[in-house]
Amino acid sequence: MSEEQINEEKKSADELKAAYWRENLIIVGVLLFFWFAISFGCSIIFVDQLNTIRIGGYKLGFWFGQQGSIIGFVFIIFIYTRLMNKLDKKYGFEEAE
Amino acid sequence: MSVIVWTYILVGLSFSLYIGIAIWARASSTKEFYIAGKGVHPLANGLATAADWMSAASFLGMAGLISFKGYNSSVYLMGWTGGYVLLALLLAPYLRKFGKFTTPDFIGDRYYSQFGRLVAVVCAIFISFTYVAGQMRGVGIVFSRFLEVPITQGVIIGMVIVLFYAVLGGMKGITYTQVAQYCVLIFAFTLPAIFISIQMTGSFFPQIGLGSQVVNGNGEYLLDKLDGLVEELGFLSYTELSGSKLNFFFITLALMCGTAGLPHVIVRFFTVPKVKDARTSAFYALFFIAILYTTAPAIAAFARVNLIETINNKEYKTTPEWFKGYENSDLVAWVDKNKDGVIQMKTKKGLKNNAAFTGKPDFIPLEFKDGKEIKDKSRGANNERLLNNKPTDNANEIYIDKDIIVLASPAMAKLPNWVIALVAAGGLAAALSTAAGLLLVISTSISHDLIKKCINPDISEKKELLFARLAATAAVVVAGYFGIHPPGYVAEVVAYAFGLAASSFFPAIVLGIFYKRMNKEGAISGMICGLLFTGTFIVLGKEITLNVTGVSTQAIGSFGMILNFVISLIVCHLTPPPPQEIQDLVEDIRVPKGSGDAVEH
Repeated sequence: MSEEQINEEKKSADELKAAYWRENLIIVGVLLFFWFAISFGCSIIFVDQLNTIRIGGYKLGFWFGQQGSIIGFVFIIFIYTRLMNKLDKKYGFEEAE
Repeated sequence: MSVIVWTYILVGLSFSLYIGIAIWARASSTKEFYIAGKGVHPLANGLATAADWMSAASFLGMAGLISFKGYNSSVYLMGWTGGYVLLALLLAPYLRKFGKFTTPDFIGDRYYSQFGRLVAVVCAIFISFTYVAGQMRGVGIVFSRFLEVPITQGVIIGMVIVLFYAVLGGMKGITYTQVAQYCVLIFAFTLPAIFISIQMTGSFFPQIGLGSQVVNGNGEYLLDKLDGLVEELGFLSYTELSGSKLNFFFITLALMCGTAGLPHVIVRFFTVPKVKDARTSAFYALFFIAILYTTAPAIAAFARVNLIETINNKEYKTTPEWFKGYENSDLVAWVDKNKDGVIQMKTKKGLKNNAAFTGKPDFIPLEFKDGKEIKDKSRGANNERLLNNKPTDNANEIYIDKDIIVLASPAMAKLPNWVIALVAAGGLAAALSTAAGLLLVISTSISHDLIKKCINPDISEKKELLFARLAATAAVVVAGYFGIHPPGYVAEVVAYAFGLAASSFFPAIVLGIFYKRMNKEGAISGMICGLLFTGTFIVLGKEITLNVTGVSTQAIGSFGMILNFVISLIVCHLTPPPPQEIQDLVEDIRVPKGSGDAVEH
């Protein structure tokens, strides 16, 4: 391979990495928005408004603070692992088994 | 069979299990000792992380805290779980790809600086020691309550057990004992909760029971009943947030970022084979933690209702056996202010101080002669124990230690003795698993980060392993000492460990991964400023912190963290960018491919 080809290949590998990283940042950003919304949003900032809504014996704001936010966190990490595994495959960055 | 016999049986069985596992999984190389040879299955790592994370405070203290603080305790529930989202999304996969042994390894290599490594080592050791002292104390307390041995003896038994499997097995031994400990503790925590939930609301899942109607209550919901009870007694509403939202916000933030920055949690993600596994095990870890953390609010509310119904406006003489038992072990106190022989548990609305008397209970010691109690000085007219404390002028007559909520729940609900004993085994599992994880961080910091990386890089593997074991032994002894002679502020210090972790490690690691331009000057000055700022306010104490910043000391870590970020970014742009090979390193850790071949060193 000529030097030019090698450089060319390196450049496209770098571009691939950069594109992967951009998509990664979008996934992390969106998921962190939900992380913030269910904890700081629903359970602290808007808790009084949500408490006017009821589900069974739970006031909604109370439910978010003591149950919902925690359950939401578990889902966020679950979705993150699924999306990242897909992203790894899309760019061929997954690790060998 | 009595509770104590059951306790001996269950604790004995669980301890033999831990020791058996430790012998089976002993470590033979430094790699096995530090990070279990990177061969831990993500599911096992998730279980071990959960046990590592949930300490005596989570197991015993948290439900009690929720029970007395109601909605305001949500900061802990969210803070100690939300941190895992940060850990999973911002730290764990990248640190696994980086693929070394410790957090100081990352700081030292990423910021190409021995000084940075040293600062990180000091932070890691300091954070872990403050944390572990509380755990050893927890072990001592559980032992003393359930096996009726003095706290000192309890701490020593705990030290011997931890010493045995931490020193022998290293990370490998700890990981597999933690898996067993998780199973013990979660079974012990959820089983009584399920029984009580069925008893009180008829639903199997406590998480659903909490939002259900009470049995035989004409359709009244449990939480409404509880709100009614506490408000009638003059306490703040159970389900509504009271106090400053700003303070709430920043405490939650500090706890979350602190959780993500704690070295004994981070190191668990170094033990799995692949980046993908680091993500998966973060999911498993939080899933297993969430089982306990969503059950705790239910236990808390059930216990508060039970407590009020069993104690309030009842004659002292008719109170159940467990109540007098806890009184004898100093955890419950009653002062009969109006001399009517009836327990009053109430306060005036809007009153800030609801305590029955000032300070922690200071009982007049029980005296014994020829195996019989002499009651003339230490007991009052109703045979209740007397105190030296000065009674307050509010109407409340009762003091209840928050730790007994979990311990006494099975007794309050009249569950069989073996369930009560199981809770003891669970509490011990929680305290021991966390203590072992922390001790490992301390020993690794000394043998690997200090001796191998700073003092003598040519040390042989065998010698390094020996130093690791010696360091672990020394750390157990020091931790045991603090467990027996706790500085008065141990419980608070543990909470401050989060503030320190949030204002030192968290920004340095996040910037190291997400900001390629970050250089050593920026990161190190940020860490030092964050640490000094938070440390100063912790030392200055509650009053000054509140007056200067308008938030409580627990929230100060958030400001330390923000300061760290700001200083790091400013200094970084006034100094030259990091060398090319460091920028390549950052590029490399951002992509999962190629982490299979672990970096040897």
